[in-house]
Amino acid sequence: MKLVLINYGAGNIKSLQFAFQRLGAEAILSDDIEAIQNSDRVIFPGVGEASSAMAMLRQTGLDKVIPNLTQPVLGICLGMQLMCNSSEEGKTKGLGVFDVDVAKFPSTVKVPQIGWNTITGLRTELFQNITEESYMYAVHSYFAPVCKETIATTQYGSNYSAALQKNNFYGVQFHPEKSSTTGEVLLKNFLNL
Amino acid sequence: MLTKRIIPCLDIKDGRTVKGVNFVNLRDAGDPVELAKVYSENGADELVFLDISATEEKRKTLAQLVLKVAKAINIPFTVGGGISSIQDVAVLLNNGADKASINSSAVKNPQLINDLVAKFGTQCITVAIDAKQVEDEWIVHLLGGKVPTAWNLFDWAREVEQRGAGEILFTSMNNDGTKNGFANKALAKLSETVNIPIIASGGAGNVQHFVDAFKMGKADAALAASVFHFKEIEISALKKELLNNNISIRI
Repeated sequence: MKLVLINYGAGNIKSLQFAFQRLGAEAILSDDIEAIQNSDRVIFPGVGEASSAMAMLRQTGLDKVIPNLTQPVLGICLGMQLMCNSSEEGKTKGLGVFDVDVAKFPSTVKVPQIGWNTITGLRTELFQNITEESYMYAVHSYFAPVCKETIATTQYGSNYSAALQKNNFYGVQFHPEKSSTTGEVLLKNFLNL
Repeated sequence: MLTKRIIPCLDIKDGRTVKGVNFVNLRDAGDPVELAKVYSENGADELVFLDISATEEKRKTLAQLVLKVAKAINIPFTVGGGISSIQDVAVLLNNGADKASINSSAVKNPQLINDLVAKFGTQCITVAIDAKQVEDEWIVHLLGGKVPTAWNLFDWAREVEQRGAGEILFTSMNNDGTKNGFANKALAKLSETVNIPIIASGGAGNVQHFVDAFKMGKADAALAASVFHFKEIEISALKKELLNNNISIRI
């Protein structure tokens, strides 16, 4: 199976590569449009700031490529947020895969949220063999509210989308590659979709 | 519900783990990669690596170590010690570190915080603050507590938050190495002063000290070294006891 990690200068890509390595899968780092289109699975990582990440995607033309992919795609953290309609961070438009607008956490909670939080209301094969109230590691200041594409929620201030899904597109707000054995199960599930 | 984090800290010198008592008398406590693996399997929520021998040559050793750690574990980890530039942080994050922790370089050049945050994002940048209570005031210190600065702890905390730091790792120099508990009053005041997560550090000696750091100190995470390295406290037992005290913890 060909697995490509989209390389656009964002994110802790080494950890993701190592996580897949532990699962016996080789994740190839690439910004080559053809390589991305021809791969069996695509990981869309992202750590950093939303508007500058979107600028990088536009510069490379990836903003047009990603929403048209037909194989299973997994956006992680900022990657998931960029797949939404828009983000309050840097007031930027997103890729518009998920019909929801990313907002900043209110000051009634500590921002950023850093640490292990539970996921509930788990739907789709992505969460196969993962029990309700499992812990995942997350670190973020912005969140996607609950919407019709939500397939898992987490409580922080209010309920937000811990994961989203539409057709072949999946997104998780937490970092499965940093979420111990539960995170590994999720990555394995993604490979098996 | 977001849980409180338990963070073993591995002080690194020449690629090995050490822990100073009051920052002197270093003792060897093992291979960092092996230790990291054991901690991650035993329920540590996160790890901090602090390089206390940060010369140019040693930095390359550290970068290699970070890569080995990232390969071996599946929980987040932060790396600190001697970081003073965007390039320093880029190397660590590219090798698999999740967060970088800066200390003296931020005090010397506060703009560095803004620059790092702009480049890597708020969530990657931890500011470590060493402070000592002198009479009634908490004064920020540099070089492991040797050099006082003009900054008051709470003013500096506010400053680093405004500049975009994602969290604060606060070490009380009065408590560090004493095993008499964390600086809970100062911790609680810090939590009221800023709205970013606070990691408590310095003074862990027994399980009750962690309970106090979370309940009285309102800390979001608690960090310790020697009590974990020398197995005076087992992380799994500690977490069970915290749960028994109605503290939100990942088991």
